[in-house]
Amino acid sequence: MSKNSADKNSSPPLPFAPLSVSNLSMRYHHKPVLTDVSFTVPEGKTIAIVGPNGAGKSTLLKGVMGLEPILDGEVQFFGEPLTNKRLAIAYVPQREEIDWDFPINVFDVVLMGRHGQLKLWQRPSQMDKEIAKQALQDLKMWDFKDRQISELSGGQQQRVFLARALAQKASLYLMDEPFAGVDVSTEKAIIELFKALKAQGKTIICVHHDLNTVGEYFDWIIFINARLVAAGPVETVLTKENLNKTYGGRLSLLNDLTETMYRTQLNRAHDDD
Amino acid sequence: MTGFELFPPPSLWQNWLSFWRFEDMNLLWVLMGSILLGMSASVIGGFAFLRKRALIGDALAHAALPGVMMAFLLFQTRDPLVIFIGALCSSFIGFFLIDWLPKNTKLKADAALAITLSFFFALGLMLLSFIQGLEVSNKSGLDKILFGQAAAMTDGDIKLLGYVTIFVLITVVLFFQKFRLIAFNQSYARTIGIAVNRYELLLALLIVMSVVVGLQLVGVVLMAAVLLTPMAAARFWSNQLATILIIASLLGGFSAIISTQISYLAPAMPTGPWMVVSLSILFILSLLFAPQKGLLKRYFDYQNLRQKVAEENILRTLYKLLERKDFKDKPFTLADIQSFRNMPSHCLQNTLKLLEKKGFAQRTFQGITLTPEGFEKATQLTRRHRLWESYLNEQADLSPEQVHQHAERIEHILTEAQETQLQQELSNSLHDPHGNQIPRKAEPTSVERGGEKI
Amino acid sequence: MSNDIWILATASLVAAACALVGVFLILRRQALMGDAISHSVLLGLVLAYLITDSRALPIMLGGAVIIGLLTAWLSDTLSRIGKVQSDASIGIVFTFFFAIGVILVSLYAGQIDLDQECVLYGEIAFIPFDTLHIGGGENLEDGFEIGPRAFWAIAVVFVIVLISIIITFNRLQTVAFHPNLALSLGVNIVFWHYFLMTLVSMTTVASFDAVGAILVVALLVIPASSAYLIAKSLKTMLWLAVGYSQASVAIGYTVAYQLDSSISASIAVSSGVLLFLTVASLQVQKQRKRAANNV
Repeated sequence: MSKNSADKNSSPPLPFAPLSVSNLSMRYHHKPVLTDVSFTVPEGKTIAIVGPNGAGKSTLLKGVMGLEPILDGEVQFFGEPLTNKRLAIAYVPQREEIDWDFPINVFDVVLMGRHGQLKLWQRPSQMDKEIAKQALQDLKMWDFKDRQISELSGGQQQRVFLARALAQKASLYLMDEPFAGVDVSTEKAIIELFKALKAQGKTIICVHHDLNTVGEYFDWIIFINARLVAAGPVETVLTKENLNKTYGGRLSLLNDLTETMYRTQLNRAHDDD
Repeated sequence: MTGFELFPPPSLWQNWLSFWRFEDMNLLWVLMGSILLGMSASVIGGFAFLRKRALIGDALAHAALPGVMMAFLLFQTRDPLVIFIGALCSSFIGFFLIDWLPKNTKLKADAALAITLSFFFALGLMLLSFIQGLEVSNKSGLDKILFGQAAAMTDGDIKLLGYVTIFVLITVVLFFQKFRLIAFNQSYARTIGIAVNRYELLLALLIVMSVVVGLQLVGVVLMAAVLLTPMAAARFWSNQLATILIIASLLGGFSAIISTQISYLAPAMPTGPWMVVSLSILFILSLLFAPQKGLLKRYFDYQNLRQKVAEENILRTLYKLLERKDFKDKPFTLADIQSFRNMPSHCLQNTLKLLEKKGFAQRTFQGITLTPEGFEKATQLTRRHRLWESYLNEQADLSPEQVHQHAERIEHILTEAQETQLQQELSNSLHDPHGNQIPRKAEPTSVERGGEKI
Repeated sequence: MSNDIWILATASLVAAACALVGVFLILRRQALMGDAISHSVLLGLVLAYLITDSRALPIMLGGAVIIGLLTAWLSDTLSRIGKVQSDASIGIVFTFFFAIGVILVSLYAGQIDLDQECVLYGEIAFIPFDTLHIGGGENLEDGFEIGPRAFWAIAVVFVIVLISIIITFNRLQTVAFHPNLALSLGVNIVFWHYFLMTLVSMTTVASFDAVGAILVVALLVIPASSAYLIAKSLKTMLWLAVGYSQASVAIGYTVAYQLDSSISASIAVSSGVLLFLTVASLQVQKQRKRAANNV
């Protein structure tokens, strides 16, 4: 079963997987969003998290990053809990989250990526600024460095966020729908970025919405529909059966009852036994 | 100017009695007026609340102040109608500003509210202090509008209060359906041809009028609470809008009675704060004790659920124990049960006691057994559990351990209909993933019922 | 020192401190929480005085901070656990606290030297007469007079606010701009939220004497809003907010002098006028751009 073990077919056993999730359950406003999700991600690959709307993909990413509370389960990054490995992980959120009216320019946004390395009172150093500059250049946004973020197009905004993640110099990149609503040139830029990062041995996990491109852009797929449906390399896992199971609504009775269960606080009542 | 007279108080009790004897007609009018205000403000505030603009009453009340001052300055009169119209105008300008700023500038909705509130209020205060420095008559008492003073109200004030509040209440009743639809789903309302903008304007007018007319009683600073708190409290008592609004208006009216009473007994104290305090207390009581949604009820529901879960789990464990002994009716000990299910002894004892009370189990010196009713229930629970395990195993690709854990929880809420559906979906299998037999769904027959079979 | 100077100095510090804190309230869309806290601290002040029988500055600040944090926390809890809408929760909590505060003030009017109106809009013209003395022990008159109490109160708070913002600038910026990013980087955003609320509480109570509750809201929100409209970076926004606030003090004081009306109200009104002028000129710019594009 490819869910619970690293991909044993291609590479020698890995020391620690970039991300390993066991029995993860999450809830949002008393609705169960994820139940008992477990998978392990291989290093140095591009992985897509795929599923229907409301299936819990973004929530999974946020839960794993500690942005939303976890009901149950364990998450490990490179064999350790999140708090020990924050500097190795970069998170790129969905664009809607941001207040685009904030008074800040492109360069300062990217510089924020160096923040994790700084203490409370420290200012970014010359080296930090160099790194930010390089990141902007890699994404071809250096010319925009003094622009207010409110003046950017959707694709440009996305590139700024990617540059910020790049500036963090992480080993694992978690991105929430990076391809959503971007123009063709930005799409190309993102693919180039993926290639470059992979060449450096970095791992990239994306929530992805477009089934048409998932096989092309990614090495691995994780199918989620409130629970894990399948996880593994594209060749093995991108099958009609899995697509059906994820998008096909066969598990509706299960999901309905799980929801009722949470609504009547059954889980809590049960565990307090 | 006639406020109501305070009789020289022999004692607080005497005063209280004389309040309720309505020996002062003026007092009666003030009381009626404040009850009407409480009712209308709560109702119209309810609509603001629903539109997620709970604090707009705050901003509008503050925005009215400069209008009051300007009306006085321009017309040199304390005529209630003039003051009312002046307040209405400036409040409306405030309303417009709150709407306009977020739509046309970077400023967000909360900032627009705070800006309008504080700017207009400051303007009003500036005018007030200017007036107080002038040599004009009639200017005293204008500052009573800050915190409200029932004793300061004139006949004219009260009449106006009465007319306006009745007007507001009648209008809400007349247009209730439309208002409700617009509050709930504005775009849909538009699609079925309702002139949404006109009703929005009407609603705005009603809100502003209610706020302005209540200022003398409650004061600028605290008017917001009269619009907001009753609705928030009433929410805990019902899910039907009409009922909620009625309850809100009752709460508003009741707090008006209390605050007028206190104002009568201690005329030096401002009226507004007492109204707010009584409303807040009513709110806290609703929050805690409301029958369906109150915190206390939610807590008890949760405890009951815990108990039910514990009982059903024990029943199933007893079934399992019986199964292992091939259903030979043998009493089991606590230790037997605890070998299958981890439960502390005192919990187990309590649960068994409850099961006994319900007639599902019997405790004798030799141990614990299931009664016939208990056996039937245990069978049903086990069937559901195992059906569910099979379903999960077939359909959901979980490991057997995960399946078992999940089934442990779901069995408590499966209904009969769902159980039948499960059976059908599973092509009527006989065994669960662990290899245990799924008890057949008996029509009312069980082995123990004196062997009657159908 | 002339009374006018003390008045102006106090007003400037009040306006500046409020502007600095207000910038973060605006950016985090917590203007109404600022409104709420500035009302609630009245209760804190009164309780602190009634319990400890002292008007010492640390006690005042302490009482204000406790009630301020309590307001923020209760509003949040009411909304989460009581399932009340968030803006409604804020409204219910602060009106309740403020009402109790007003009742206490009017009950104990003799003992506390606050009266209701003062609470609302202060009277900055009187502050020079309430001076602080150092030394002199029992007999106040012997000590060395160092200026009005209100002035020193706000001076201390201003310094605290300024130093806090300078030291933690990067942190505050990230938390204000993108809380989730900060959270993912391991920042404790709950702490920073209450940190900001603490600064708000201290600032409002220190400004009370001078400008009263409602006008504190104006100074918290309006200059910062003007700055928000035109700033291009957080640092600039802070400078602009302070700048607008000082201009408001200058204009307001002059106008109040001419009209013989409340100084603090006048300052607040001036800040509003400056805001509207800013909005108006931005609108004009927008129209011109549109006209130019249509040509």
